[in-house]
Amino acid sequence: MKSWIAFWNILKKDVRNYYLKPPNISWGIIFPLSWTLMQLIRSPDGNILELLPGLIAMSILFGTTSMLAVTITFERSGRSFERLLLAPIHLSTMVLAKIAGTILFGTFNAFVPVIFAALFADLRAVNWGALLLTILLIALTSALTGLLIAVSAEQVFEAQTLANFFRFPMLFLCGLFVPIARLPLLLRPLSYCLPLSYGTDLLKGLLTRQNSLSPALCFGMLLFFAATLFLICRHRIQQKWIL
Amino acid sequence: MISVTGLTKTYGSVCAVNNISFEVAKGEIFGFLGPNGAGKTSTINIMTGLSRPDAGEIELAGIDVRRQPKKAQAIMGIVPDESNLYNEMDGFDNLCFCAALYGMPKSEREGKARRLLEQFRLDDTGKRPFKAFSKGMRRRLTIAAALIHSPQLLFLDEPTTGIDVESSRQIRDLIRELKRQGTTIFLTTHYIEEAERICDRIAFIARGQIVAAGTLPELMASVSHQHAIRFVTAGSTNTPAAELESQFPGSQVSIQADHSIVMTSKQRIPLLPVMKFLHNIGVEVHEARELTPSLEDVFVKLTGIQSSALTEPERKGSTR
Ligand SMILES: Nc1ncnc2c1ncn2[C@@H]1O[C@H](COP(=O)(O)OP(=O)(O)OP(=O)(O)O)[C@@H](O)[C@H]1O
Ligand SMILES: [Mg+2]
Repeated sequence: MKSWIAFWNILKKDVRNYYLKPPNISWGIIFPLSWTLMQLIRSPDGNILELLPGLIAMSILFGTTSMLAVTITFERSGRSFERLLLAPIHLSTMVLAKIAGTILFGTFNAFVPVIFAALFADLRAVNWGALLLTILLIALTSALTGLLIAVSAEQVFEAQTLANFFRFPMLFLCGLFVPIARLPLLLRPLSYCLPLSYGTDLLKGLLTRQNSLSPALCFGMLLFFAATLFLICRHRIQQKWIL
Repeated sequence: MISVTGLTKTYGSVCAVNNISFEVAKGEIFGFLGPNGAGKTSTINIMTGLSRPDAGEIELAGIDVRRQPKKAQAIMGIVPDESNLYNEMDGFDNLCFCAALYGMPKSEREGKARRLLEQFRLDDTGKRPFKAFSKGMRRRLTIAAALIHSPQLLFLDEPTTGIDVESSRQIRDLIRELKRQGTTIFLTTHYIEEAERICDRIAFIARGQIVAAGTLPELMASVSHQHAIRFVTAGSTNTPAAELESQFPGSQVSIQADHSIVMTSKQRIPLLPVMKFLHNIGVEVHEARELTPSLEDVFVKLTGIQSSALTEPERKGSTR
């Protein structure tokens, strides 16, 4: 019960203080929207449904990693983060509370291109339950990746640079816009070491039925990555922040 | 209540805390007095579970902090050296958030937050965010936040550094009030006067080590084996120092530039006979005062650190 109160209030505070701030909301809408438009302009006769999986995955990836890199490094440099480390709640509860807000933000980001696409395409055949679950899982793994970056950085600027170092290659490696099968043979194993590849494949299956892996395998891999990243993050936090 | 043994912590080649041991009884105010970089904050960080020691044991109310940090953190309140609340939030929201971290239910935390804002005279800050608070207000709110869950044990890292005389006095009054209510208090300071005024026991810390610890009289006694009296006289007289010394065996007499006479002795100095003697030889005494060493003298003598390394607060301030 006590942990739950702490969890809920950390989440509520982050949502209020960071995610619901006008600059972040507008970034959350404008960024996915402009990428969607850009892709449409580039290939005007392209099917928006085919672009949608990549756009969703990218919106989540950028939304979550940039927010965590900011919220955590920001609180760390202002030292208010020490309050969370000194609170009588388990490190796992604290980490989950911190990424919960980011997951919500990433999910919100993901639905921007979906809503936009709904204006042009027929989405009635989509299994919304499965789509939401997939989006949440992608958001979870991306948020944990963002957390891992945030743990390694001391400054907000540093965290952003580090985040870009990871996410731009991921745009190409994870099948967002170029199918993994068309990547150079050498790069392909790398693709399968990144959780986003599995998430994107699931999205493709759900929206266009053009998945190349089995959905069960993808779910399994996403869960596996989530658990592994969570344990690594917790360990790194203990190493780096409890000096 | 607090029992620390053999605490050691090194950062690279710097030994921040070097084999420190001490005990603090329940309801006591215990102070760490030391200059910048002495290892005060490092010690607090280890005791509160924010930092891991290289060696040593810490027990708070019977809880082993190294094994069960979260259990120990539930009973402690912490005021860090920097006021570190959330900049965007107002006083009330900050206090409620801190209460929530300790699992307090909504109605309870809101009531407590209101009472604390009133007690710390911050209830007129309204919706003003923390970043718009003055330094003294920030400090007060940070202390209030540490008290939100009514901890048995309170850690204060330099509670009054950088704030004005009046705010410091209020904070000291508050610390004394908390002690009356049974809270055990561990504080650090580099103000000699502050340690002297509020601490039941003081430890001098320098270069990561405790040089001396004890109550004020104990610390004083550890250096002063001499009695000294200063007689202020009526201007220029030829006081015969040698005559005085022979009249009162075992005493040393020195005549100061302002013609006052300072007499020191291993034994107590009999006031009336000295006065009578001086009167008989025609020296008019206006004032006689026992010279006791100040805590500052004791600190300098024991640590070998000049007291200017510590900063003296409110030289002309009130003397409470
Ligand atoms: N995280 C750290 N990394 C490296 N060195 C550190 C770290 N923390 C403290 N130190 C070193 O340990 C020593 C003790 O520092 P500490 O902050 O405990 O002193 P302090 O008594 O609190 O001083 P102050 O009065 O300035 O607050 C210093 O030499 C400091 O440079
Ligand atoms: Mg300090």
